[in-house]
Amino acid sequence: MNIIFSGLAGLIFGLGLIVSGMADPAKVLGFLDLAGAWDPSLALVMAGAIAVGSLAFYFAGRRQHSWLGLVMKLPSARQIDRRLLLGSALFGIGWGVAGFCPGPALVALGLGELKALLFVAAMLAGMGLFEVLERRRS
Amino acid sequence: MTIAWTAFTPGAALLGGLIIGLAAALFVLLNGRIAGISGILGGLLKPQAGDTAWRAAFVLGLIGAPLVYGLFARVPVPQIDAGTPSLVIAGLLVGVGTRYGSGCTSGHGVCGISRLSPRSLVATGVFMAAGFATVFVIRHLVGF
Repeated sequence: MNIIFSGLAGLIFGLGLIVSGMADPAKVLGFLDLAGAWDPSLALVMAGAIAVGSLAFYFAGRRQHSWLGLVMKLPSARQIDRRLLLGSALFGIGWGVAGFCPGPALVALGLGELKALLFVAAMLAGMGLFEVLERRRS
Repeated sequence: MTIAWTAFTPGAALLGGLIIGLAAALFVLLNGRIAGISGILGGLLKPQAGDTAWRAAFVLGLIGAPLVYGLFARVPVPQIDAGTPSLVIAGLLVGVGTRYGSGCTSGHGVCGISRLSPRSLVATGVFMAAGFATVFVIRHLVGF
């Protein structure tokens, strides 16, 4: 059951990305280009998503189990460390280079865009590199 | 700063944002998890028993979204200007960076800010600033 709802959540998320225009890297870069002709759309996407999300997380945070009876798995980490800062900076640079973050890249992949396939392959390689480095560290 | 009024799509952006929020809301209320796409995808590379199917289902839902959208309307064609070397470098940076930073635009940006998580507020500030700076350098200093 949770697998079906997981797929449904991914599907609705993807539909939201298409409706919002955020599946288009050119539109994302239009937001990131403050010094050019600035397109504020992404800010409104965030505002809409956070408005609904805030309500949901308010209720979710007061529960031990989800509606399906699964244990709530909300992050508990609190420290703001070098990993968080450096990782987010690297992600932001990569986001600015191509205009793709993970969700929109997967949606564009579903459209059969070869360039999205290339990006997703490189992204998976980067995630794989992280796993290798983590394993070596431990 | 000049606002690109012709490119600005406030209605679609807000509606799309509400739909994204709905997806994150359903996911946490039903499955008890954060809809963080980099974490869901990255977890597939470290398979653990009972932890793979839901991740794969979420990712397939995202990839299948254009297909479902296409049943009702024409899917807008994305404009991907980056060339091959840029796409490879960007992909590697996004892959490594989101895993070290424990999240991306969905996990930190949407879910984390909704939870008022201090880590996510900082992470979102950092990746937004890095994104602004990168586009400034590429478009206005180097001049691609």
